[in-house]
Amino acid sequence: MSLRIGIDIGSTTVKVVVLDEQNKLLFRSYERHFSKVREKACEILSSIAPRFSGQDIRLVITGSAGLGVAKASGIDFVQEVYATAAAVNEYIPDTDAVIELGGEDAKIIFFGGALEERMNGSCAGGTGAFIDQMATLMNVTADELDTLSLKHEKIYPIASRCGVFAKSDIQPILNQGGRKEDVAASIFQAVVDQTIAGLTQGRELKGKIVFLGGPLHFLKGLRERFVETLKLDEEHAIFPEDGDCFAAIGAALCASDYDSMPFDKALKLLEESREATTTLNTAPQLFKSQEEYDAFCQRHNSSHPPVVDAATYEGDAYLGIDAGSTTTKLALIAPDGGLLYTYYHSNQGNPVAIVREQLDKIYALCGDRIHIKGSAVTGYGEDLIKNAFRCDLGLVETVAHLNAAKHFNPDVDFIIDIGGQDMKCFKIRNGAVDSIMLNEACSSGCGSFIETFAKALGYNIADFAKLGLFTEKPVNLGSRCTVFMNSSVKQAQKDGASVADISAGLAISIVKNAIYKVLRMSSADELGQHIVVQGGTFLNDAVLRAFEQELGRNVTRPTIAGLMGAFGAALAAKDLALEKSQLLTPEELKSFQHTAKPITCNGCTNHCSLTINQFDGGRRFISGNRCSKPLGGKQEHMPDLMKYKYEKLRAMHGVGQGNGSRGKMGIPFALNMYENLPFWFAFFTKLNFDVVLSPESSRQLYIKGQRTIPSDTVCYPAKLVHGHVLSLLEEGVDTIFYPCMSYNFDEHISDNNYNCPVVAYYPDLIAANIPALEGKHFIHEYFGLHRPRDFEKRAAVYFQKEFGIPKKETVAAARAAYQAYADYEADVRKTAQEYIDFARQNDCPIMVVAGRPYHMDPEINHGINDLVTGFHFVLITEDSVAWKMDKQPRTVLNQWTFHARMYNAARYVCTQEDMELIQLVSFGCGVDAITGDEMRSILEEGGKLYTQLKIDDISNLGAVKIRIRSLIAAIEERKKRAAHE
Amino acid sequence: MAELVYDNTGRLLFTKEMKEEYTILMPQMLPIHFGMFKKMLQLEGYHVEQLNNQGRAVVDEGLKYVHNDTCYPALLVIGQFIDAIKNGGYDPHKVALFITQTGGGCRASNYIHLLRKALKKAGMEYIPVISVSFGLEKNPGFSLTIPLIRKLIYAMMYGDLIMNVANQVRPYELNAGDTDKMVDFWCNKLIDRFTAGKGMSRKQMRAAFAEICNDFKTIPYAPGEKIRVGVVGEIYVKFSALGNNNLEHFLLSEGAEPVVPGLTDFMIFKIYNRVVDVDIYGGSLLKKKVCQFFMGYIEKCQHDMIDALKASGRFRAPGDFADLQRLVKGYLGDGCKMGEGWLLTAEMLELIHSGTNNIVCAQPFGCLPNHIVGKGMIRALKDNYPNSNIVAIDYDPSATEINQENRIKLMLANAKGLAAKAKKEEQPEAAHA
Repeated sequence: MSLRIGIDIGSTTVKVVVLDEQNKLLFRSYERHFSKVREKACEILSSIAPRFSGQDIRLVITGSAGLGVAKASGIDFVQEVYATAAAVNEYIPDTDAVIELGGEDAKIIFFGGALEERMNGSCAGGTGAFIDQMATLMNVTADELDTLSLKHEKIYPIASRCGVFAKSDIQPILNQGGRKEDVAASIFQAVVDQTIAGLTQGRELKGKIVFLGGPLHFLKGLRERFVETLKLDEEHAIFPEDGDCFAAIGAALCASDYDSMPFDKALKLLEESREATTTLNTAPQLFKSQEEYDAFCQRHNSSHPPVVDAATYEGDAYLGIDAGSTTTKLALIAPDGGLLYTYYHSNQGNPVAIVREQLDKIYALCGDRIHIKGSAVTGYGEDLIKNAFRCDLGLVETVAHLNAAKHFNPDVDFIIDIGGQDMKCFKIRNGAVDSIMLNEACSSGCGSFIETFAKALGYNIADFAKLGLFTEKPVNLGSRCTVFMNSSVKQAQKDGASVADISAGLAISIVKNAIYKVLRMSSADELGQHIVVQGGTFLNDAVLRAFEQELGRNVTRPTIAGLMGAFGAALAAKDLALEKSQLLTPEELKSFQHTAKPITCNGCTNHCSLTINQFDGGRRFISGNRCSKPLGGKQEHMPDLMKYKYEKLRAMHGVGQGNGSRGKMGIPFALNMYENLPFWFAFFTKLNFDVVLSPESSRQLYIKGQRTIPSDTVCYPAKLVHGHVLSLLEEGVDTIFYPCMSYNFDEHISDNNYNCPVVAYYPDLIAANIPALEGKHFIHEYFGLHRPRDFEKRAAVYFQKEFGIPKKETVAAARAAYQAYADYEADVRKTAQEYIDFARQNDCPIMVVAGRPYHMDPEINHGINDLVTGFHFVLITEDSVAWKMDKQPRTVLNQWTFHARMYNAARYVCTQEDMELIQLVSFGCGVDAITGDEMRSILEEGGKLYTQLKIDDISNLGAVKIRIRSLIAAIEERKKRAAHE
Repeated sequence: MAELVYDNTGRLLFTKEMKEEYTILMPQMLPIHFGMFKKMLQLEGYHVEQLNNQGRAVVDEGLKYVHNDTCYPALLVIGQFIDAIKNGGYDPHKVALFITQTGGGCRASNYIHLLRKALKKAGMEYIPVISVSFGLEKNPGFSLTIPLIRKLIYAMMYGDLIMNVANQVRPYELNAGDTDKMVDFWCNKLIDRFTAGKGMSRKQMRAAFAEICNDFKTIPYAPGEKIRVGVVGEIYVKFSALGNNNLEHFLLSEGAEPVVPGLTDFMIFKIYNRVVDVDIYGGSLLKKKVCQFFMGYIEKCQHDMIDALKASGRFRAPGDFADLQRLVKGYLGDGCKMGEGWLLTAEMLELIHSGTNNIVCAQPFGCLPNHIVGKGMIRALKDNYPNSNIVAIDYDPSATEINQENRIKLMLANAKGLAAKAKKEEQPEAAHA
């Protein structure tokens, strides 16, 4: 038997091992390949040539990026999970399960019983690349992140599904002064949750577990999170010495089954394959010549603010601060807009320290010559900075950007801003922000994404961007979220694309993402005539060029594209026309102190993670709250129909009017139960059941059911069902009623009255995926409530069969149930009218929050209702006004009961001066891909703003706030105009 | 030139004049079946052309005109239409589009509306879109008459049989291309028969089934058995090479034998749903009877096909619709009907029971019914059939082939492991005997 070599080429690293006949490791190496896959593999193999040259070997390649190399070179390939399983079988034979995290893949293997191997699906980012990305975000290395995490005090909940989601959770925590140590540990916890949620799919992780792959090999903090979460002791948590190379070792073991060849031949095969490039999916070239590029630069460099000499200027000045998600920007301007001082830098997770340092510099520059007459702050960190430094004004980013854009192009009708983490686009109509489009969490292919990529490939961002300007064949990388783009890049690398091609390709894909995914545009004319682009990402000429190419139209990029927020804030500070700014004085700055302390608010079920920021002189700022409760002071409650309905439904448990003699009937308080509970509660209590409602949703409840969720891309409201059912079982309820329902009530405002497929059939899924239901009476029968007579008949038969209930009794209960549902509906409508009357008496605006009934669950909406009423809106829901409109043909098939309500509610809002509408959409809701566009067109035709809020298991309330505040700003602008006319 | 006529809801109609003047484009899904459908429609006097345009342009047009979160099939079908109209050399003012409308609570019943929206966005709202459905939208220039439906059913049966035997022969053919030649030969032969008004009675079909089986048996093949991999999933992604990145071809290149359950069960399933609706929720008994009659007819045709396969002595025959219904009991209710509904799980069960325990479950990314009937049932299948080896693959505009192929390769590696294990277990038994 000859020597065996295994080469594992992953998304970021190459691992090579050599085994002797006794399966002993003769050589091992683990190196990053920086996307030069074939070169690296050759290099390592060449390096060991002196030792093995002349011998016969058996060689097998494995790994996600190895497939292409194997194909091109004609060397045998084994799938990496299979290889890993082989290695574990050989070296740690009594293993029960393996968890392996790689650069971009996560895998689980279950031994014992039926062998089961699973990899993460295509939408699952919580892997090594994700950790790298998070480290970049926090401006530390992965090792430093690890060290930090070991010193954590608390864990924040961070979205565990997709890396991009997690990013938008982490950013606000950092910006609001959360401790880096805690964030670091939370990132690892997110990876753990992601792995368990995404991969176990109902099979329990227990017994002896082996942890493999680079991240688990190197990161102690990550190990700790896994061990703690899975409650493992030392004997059951195995971290093998060569855990980072196991797939390669497995490949070498598998090589026994393949033919041998001389070492030198293998090396030659690999070397020859280096030159092979396959046809690539390419996009048009960005610039054909240097001249073209020069003309382009000249055109854009002509949009600049007035020139002023900061060294000699004397007079008034205004300060604008943009505390963005990844960068902090400052602009000090003269009254004409001339720049006296600017700053643009990564905030390194600590914007307070940076602003403080900059203020020192600004005061030094000012001396006695320049007098700061006003200061304003905008951006994610607005509240924090405003409180820390006593700025005169805080304004929403959209308005700041609009101010700035108007300065350069008074006719501006469209602004697109691509920053580090977020993308903001808004149409301008009548001088106000009209419609806002923000990138949803899953598509944020923004600036920091390119930066992370550049770093991963070993470049700094400026050099990386320049690389792609003249390449002849930029790769086409698609237009989806980062996770997809990572694998697109992997594919391109496999096909032999150069770094330059990838650089240009990334610029193009970001632009496509913006235009098609966020803006949903099909032509340039839909955007506008006067487009201003801004945000740091547009300083990248490749991105700007790709944008103009894609639109087929020239746009304005001010030279201060990265500073527009700060510039706009400074202009707003000027408009305040103050005598004196109350900004901290140079003296006060000297004694400036800041400490941040994380706590969990226990004021309500939201359990917000708060950060208490203490400043010198007793200034205090609490962030992370959704309502005003933790802030103390007087509680002010605006009417809130969501809350009203929720409380009314929660009260529906117990024996009601009956005597409960038939025992307990559990009902999971989830999905369509938020609509149908009044019906079923009356039905079962009339039949003398004691109705047990599952507890209120919470993150703990979600985690309870997490590992029984088979599809990780289903919506969060559906995922919660698992926890609800398990909670009922834990309470000892043996009979649970959760019917399948293809149809909902027919409200005669649509062509059909379906439920969505998930709502309709989730009960069947629960029955198949929760082992604890075995032996219990879980009723997931099909029922329809839309034909009352038929329901009576069929229910009578069913309940006689299952419970021996006389048919007559069931029929009477059904009738009572229909009556109870009608009463509930009438009450909701009556209450809504009272709320509307209240609003009109007190001159408050009214917000119709349109979504599904289950969006009233505080765990699903994350307290958005509190946020809305916190801005002094009266809140009502879609169902409370939908009935006021009749049925009307729509341009989409109007066949779902809940969606028909939203269309009607939107139409009704268009007839009411003082009403606005926000649509809530659960991430992953396929149906809302259809309703969203339709809602937008209804509202825009009716002269209203369309605002959509995407929500998931974690929600970034920062984005929600921007939308609501921009909406308020637009309403005010509209009022102002009306008053002028 | 034909005038543009609208109905009272403002929908552009396909008129009788248009039938004379317009070219009707139909999307591609299953080349064998759709080729014959096309011929059937041509024989009815429609100027039908089938779209075979592929590649990135199709996806790009789709991304441009369809909401990106919408399911991938909608994006592809609409992208294929718009790309063809723009670049296919057609006079856009003389083109109409065929699209199926299944109805039901899945978002797929919205395809026709999304297509119209896309056309409007592309400034081509003057192009009429014809719904191919059981009475959802009516057009004066097109009607799905009972005789036409009957002919389409025959075409579907022929298509399913040819696809089935071709899949069983192709992996083993000695001369590459023999099977595909035979497929073409039979498609043309059937079309000639249709043109002559033949081949569309059950008697003639039974005879033709036997002929087809016999002809495919004559193709020289290598003995042995390859690893069989079943393909189930959302209907478009399951069948269309454009939708599933040429999955069948990939499986063949990996040395596996693809087993693709046909279209017939899906058709019966869709009709059966109307029967079940009356059972569960109430409704017109007459409607139920009509559907049962209709369904019974297709089931009889299906039995003809199964009998022909069994009689061939060479080919494996799939189970019938009743088998599928029986197998899925205890997994999903009869009322689970949106999208592929319980049929998808039933197909996986049928595959496992007929010895094909390796399965690719293909779905568009974020497909709603598949959360339940695909991914949602794999756990239960694995518990009940520990040797089942199912991989769920998501397809979407940016999912890369390498990711998909890697996961399928894992499934195949497991399949080989399972096959080796089964062999080992067999041998000792053989020794005892």
